Amino acid sequence: MANALAPQKTMTIGEGGSALTFALLAILSIVVAAKAHTPEYAFHAYLFTAASIAAVFVIVNRYYERPAAQPPLEIDGKPNYNMGPVKFTSFAAVFWGIAGFTVGLVIALQLAFPVLNFDLPWTTFGRLRPLHTSAVIFAFGGNVLIATSFYVVQRTCRARLAGNIAPWFVVLGYNFFIVIAGTGYLLGITQSKEYAEPEWYSDLFLTVVWVVYFLVFLATIMRRKEPHIYVANWFYLAFIVTIAVLHLGNNATVPVSIFSPKSYIVWSGVQDAMVQWWYGHNAVGFFLTAGFLAIMYYFIPKRADRPVYSYRLSIIHFWALIFLYIWAGPHHLHYTALPDWAQTLGMTFSIMLWMPSWGGMINGIMTLSGAWDKLRTDPVLRMMVVSVAFYGMSTFEGPMMSVKVVNSLSHYTDWTIGHVHSGALGWVGYVSFGALYCLIPWLWNRPLYSLKLVNWHFWISTIGIVLYITAMWVSGILQGLMWRAYTKLGFLEYSFVETVEAMHPFYIIRALGGLLFLAGALLMAWNLIKTVTAAEEAEPAKLALAPAE
Amino acid sequence: MAEEKHIDALTGTATTGHEWDGLRELNTPLPRWWLWLFYITIVWSVGYWVVYPAWPLLTSATEGVTGWHARSAVVEDLAALKAQRGPLMEKLSTASMTDIAADPQLLDFSRAVGRVAFADNCAPCHGAGGGGTKGYPNLNDDDWLWGGKLADIELTIRHGARAGDDKGRAGNMPAFGRDNILKANEISAVADFTRTLSGLAPEAGADLNLGKKLFADNCAVCHGPEGKGNRELGAPNLTDKIWLFGADKATIVAGIQNGRGGVMPVWAGRLPEPTIKALTLYVHTLGGGEK
Repeated sequence: MANALAPQKTMTIGEGGSALTFALLAILSIVVAAKAHTPEYAFHAYLFTAASIAAVFVIVNRYYERPAAQPPLEIDGKPNYNMGPVKFTSFAAVFWGIAGFTVGLVIALQLAFPVLNFDLPWTTFGRLRPLHTSAVIFAFGGNVLIATSFYVVQRTCRARLAGNIAPWFVVLGYNFFIVIAGTGYLLGITQSKEYAEPEWYSDLFLTVVWVVYFLVFLATIMRRKEPHIYVANWFYLAFIVTIAVLHLGNNATVPVSIFSPKSYIVWSGVQDAMVQWWYGHNAVGFFLTAGFLAIMYYFIPKRADRPVYSYRLSIIHFWALIFLYIWAGPHHLHYTALPDWAQTLGMTFSIMLWMPSWGGMINGIMTLSGAWDKLRTDPVLRMMVVSVAFYGMSTFEGPMMSVKVVNSLSHYTDWTIGHVHSGALGWVGYVSFGALYCLIPWLWNRPLYSLKLVNWHFWISTIGIVLYITAMWVSGILQGLMWRAYTKLGFLEYSFVETVEAMHPFYIIRALGGLLFLAGALLMAWNLIKTVTAAEEAEPAKLALAPAE
Repeated sequence: MAEEKHIDALTGTATTGHEWDGLRELNTPLPRWWLWLFYITIVWSVGYWVVYPAWPLLTSATEGVTGWHARSAVVEDLAALKAQRGPLMEKLSTASMTDIAADPQLLDFSRAVGRVAFADNCAPCHGAGGGGTKGYPNLNDDDWLWGGKLADIELTIRHGARAGDDKGRAGNMPAFGRDNILKANEISAVADFTRTLSGLAPEAGADLNLGKKLFADNCAVCHGPEGKGNRELGAPNLTDKIWLFGADKATIVAGIQNGRGGVMPVWAGRLPEPTIKALTLYVHTLGGGEK
């Protein structure tokens, strides 16, 4: 690096290697497309071909366009941050969020009015439901996590993101995976494992993307200029590492053929169920909790301009959380063929998880001590603090529902759906919105277009969330009670169809809640787009395009 | 870099001395209530492990001091249920339907069995209360396609209708239009005439004379000269204002054009014998049972 001579322009190993790899992938995908067993799989192979060719073109083009020297790690002693991938993923998150919430509204309406399935295979509830869950968790949530992690790791390490092509491969590759997964669901390609529906080839591709993500993140931490690693980065790292392990364990499949999208899982019977829910619960624990706690640990103290409440609490609850969460999966399989001992462990570890979860809530909320007045004046901060309150509520509700006697009432009912959504809409949604409201103005170095709109977003969505979760509580408990109602002779009091009929009004209220949540998110999208574009319109002469420092 | 101690002015608490991107951390001790609740959940969990099956061993697992086991709990529940219902279930299996109908307590029990069996197996078509819907008969009224006596109902349940069982109910409404037996104007005339059988108004300009003649030639053989129907063939009574598919002319025309032939599944062999007996009694007592 410290070379006095003018550097000679050469292709880096990364550029040459990745261009070559993509060229080989393009050739392989063409062969697969030609010999594919099903037209849907051929379509995916063609998508891989097109994306690989585009990648080769972009890499080579970028090489010719770029200056001879690689971007410096520092300019005038200040880190030369790489915020391009962060900008891309923050708006990708907005886009996928709107898409995922919209599909959620559609399936909520389908449950209330089944005619909206339209009797077409592509639009039935069975295919749209995984599209919704994956779109909101992995497409929206995943892009928020990648955006914020790439931002936070650079800022708190005072180091430029490692790699040049690698960060772009992570963000574009991840979003390409989302396209493959989502179109696959609509076309009927699924391995029917909850939150792990994509088939083997999508899983393999995601594995490569994820390993590169891990390496970029780790290498950035290793080149940090700070003596210590900030708490947010512990959580990000735990999230990235554990998701990799879970993904590999739960997608251990054997494909029928390289030319077929179909594969078979190596686990069987109750072992398969156990691995699935070990994965499924820790997708909640490490994707939707650890990752978003990392967001909380950076964005709340930053926005409130206050120190984190307790360093000691952050250490204890971090280690307790990641040690205990990984055991809790069996509570999804109470009263099944899973052995009693595994059910017991799943339940008791869920109970012990209560306080470690609340450690995060305490640290999030108490960070505002001395700055409570900001809740009144700053709707962005209010949104994030309310998200932590929802986090606290759902991490109490979760352990409670894992208790077997409670679970015997709540399991398989809408109560579970309500619980998931108080976590998803309240916690994950709000902390993500708060982070995006902070991040996008910071990235573009411009003030947020309208705080008033944030206020509207907050109240509209909050009413939506309250409608959603209360409707699901009532319908879930009603459903559970109707299912277990017996006559004095020990016969069931209600037929299944009668319980379905009783749910109808609550399904309408739930859809209304979803509509309000979507409406709030649309306000946010508009606000964020205006933030980036309106400032340009306002001050076209000024050259305020210095890279976000 | 900033490693020196720093006291937060607002809370008076020291920070850890670290700083990242302007972020610091207070060195606040763990909240006591938090720590104690954490300990309590751990103690409770350990207690639970002592009481219930918990930790896996090489080939088994710790049993728990109570000896509770999910499988044995279900076995006990089922045994208790059997003890509660056993004597009545025994009677239901052996008694004849007329005997059951004469014994109020047994009839009550039989209806309870039948009600659940109906909800699980019959309600998807006939509705939760047996009210029926378009194409699926209402079982509460006095209008029976195949007969409303206990033996009639039992035969229909046991062998179904048009479901491939030789002993089942057979007889179709032919597709007069599709099979070129009647022309479009003739179907229209018959449909108008059919509506008049139950006092409904024909369309303006309807050729009722043609309809009447065609009805006598084509329909009366099953539905009877006066349209009163024939239970042997499952041919509905057309004069009682009860319509399986609908009373509007378009629906009647569609029926004559393409025929009708709803299917009732065969339940013999799929449901236990006492359940079929109980279902028969249940349907019989819904409101329209015939002596």
